[in-house]
Amino acid sequence: MSALRVNITQLAYRASQHSALSQSAATSQTSDYVIADITLDIQHNECVCIVGPSGCGKTTLLNAVAGILDTNTSANVELAFTTPSPTIGYIFQEPRLMPWLTLYENIALVMPKADPRKITAILDAVGLTAQANSYPNHLSGGMQRRASIARAFIIEPDILLLDEPFVSLDAPTAMQCRELLISLAKRHKTTILFVTHDLNEALYLGDRVVFLSPSPARIIHELALNNLYKAYDSAAQTNLKSELFTRFPKILEGQLSKD
Amino acid sequence: MAITAIADAKASTRFTESAALLKLSVFLLLLVIWQVFAVILAQPDFPTFTQTLSALYYHTMTGDLLVNVGITVTRVAISFVLAMLIGSIFGIAMGARAWFNQLSDSLLIILLNVPALVVIILSYIWIGLVEAAAITAVVINKIPTVAVMLREGARTTDPKLAQVAQVYNIPWWRFMRQIYLPQLYPFILAAARNGLSLIWKIVLVVELLGRSNGVGFALHSMFQFFDIAGILAYTMAFIGVVFIIEWLCFTPFDRRIQRGR
Repeated sequence: MSALRVNITQLAYRASQHSALSQSAATSQTSDYVIADITLDIQHNECVCIVGPSGCGKTTLLNAVAGILDTNTSANVELAFTTPSPTIGYIFQEPRLMPWLTLYENIALVMPKADPRKITAILDAVGLTAQANSYPNHLSGGMQRRASIARAFIIEPDILLLDEPFVSLDAPTAMQCRELLISLAKRHKTTILFVTHDLNEALYLGDRVVFLSPSPARIIHELALNNLYKAYDSAAQTNLKSELFTRFPKILEGQLSKD
Repeated sequence: MAITAIADAKASTRFTESAALLKLSVFLLLLVIWQVFAVILAQPDFPTFTQTLSALYYHTMTGDLLVNVGITVTRVAISFVLAMLIGSIFGIAMGARAWFNQLSDSLLIILLNVPALVVIILSYIWIGLVEAAAITAVVINKIPTVAVMLREGARTTDPKLAQVAQVYNIPWWRFMRQIYLPQLYPFILAAARNGLSLIWKIVLVVELLGRSNGVGFALHSMFQFFDIAGILAYTMAFIGVVFIIEWLCFTPFDRRIQRGR
């Protein structure tokens, strides 16, 4: 039984208010869609990585699942959760901490009722105990990132969405954050939908990798992984990648054909 | 890192100390220039600093300077709070909702450009020579400038932070207090600072035209007696109050806003 079933079809942005009148005419053309058709079945405790060329609607996909699509979006979105009203956590591309709140206050902000013990525990888990009373702008990018991970896990999400969260970090810091994510996700049994354009990252974190086409996005390929690949950039991963690229040289650009 | 932080803190205290010293010496220099010029000119219409000080002493001790300043400060405070509140709500609504902006944009331009004097006269004629008319006139004069400032502020708020609130189901009141309004604080402070200076000036005109107490009224009577030292003494008392407000209200608020930025 899947934890989450997502079905998004015909998602389009209305260009402006002026075109609202001619909207039906505009959206009837397939080329205006950002997402053509994406159906995903995500199992409990599974980590699904979405890989696709930039601008193909990966962030839009996450926003649709999180229920924060722009008001000028038209789409058919069907979400089916096994848990009646699941808690959803979202780690954005930028940390998005409130600069005027300390790390402690930033985490307390998202809790229905602030529980000092829990906040201390999560700050400890991400190694930011000493920085609890610091303001985000006084901290390094890696620390801000870890704080945003702590903020996402404090609500104990059933489903966690991540939007290329580690792109702006240097390699060792990004690796630290990935390991932190894995350990917290294991502890909380979190179901994860992870968007990235870094194939190594997807192979490392994912139980399954889903490849998207350029916009209008649809799923072009799926790759089920087993635990053989659970070492970043390992020999097994390199083999898997070369096998994949021999079959589909342009898969990262969202094309299955060789030319 | 801790050591550099301490060094930075020391350097910044030294910096603020020397800045305060500089401010003070500029102030003292102005007073000296005033005194020297007045002594050289020796005109009855241009009293010296010391004459003004003794007039200040006289009006405080035997006149009703304190009462008048008190009344004016009360009027300023009431008008200030009302104008900031109404202006902020209007400005935020205009910045946040495009349709509301289109609806009220021309009204705002009209209000911004109607001369203060016209509003004061009309308000006295329509409402009568009462306290409410005075306050209304001041508030109407001030609302549009607050609204303009807060509209700009509301337009620069970050929708990405609002998304965080949406995803994490943050209640409305907490969202306002901890996510939305902190983004507007710098604009609110700017509106408050220039708002206070504008309200001071208008309140005096309002008092001069239709009230029988307050600083504006006192200045009017001193004008008729050509009591220049008295006028300058009132101005001095006035500036003193402004500085106190700056130190007690605006500077702490400013420091709070700067936290973490």
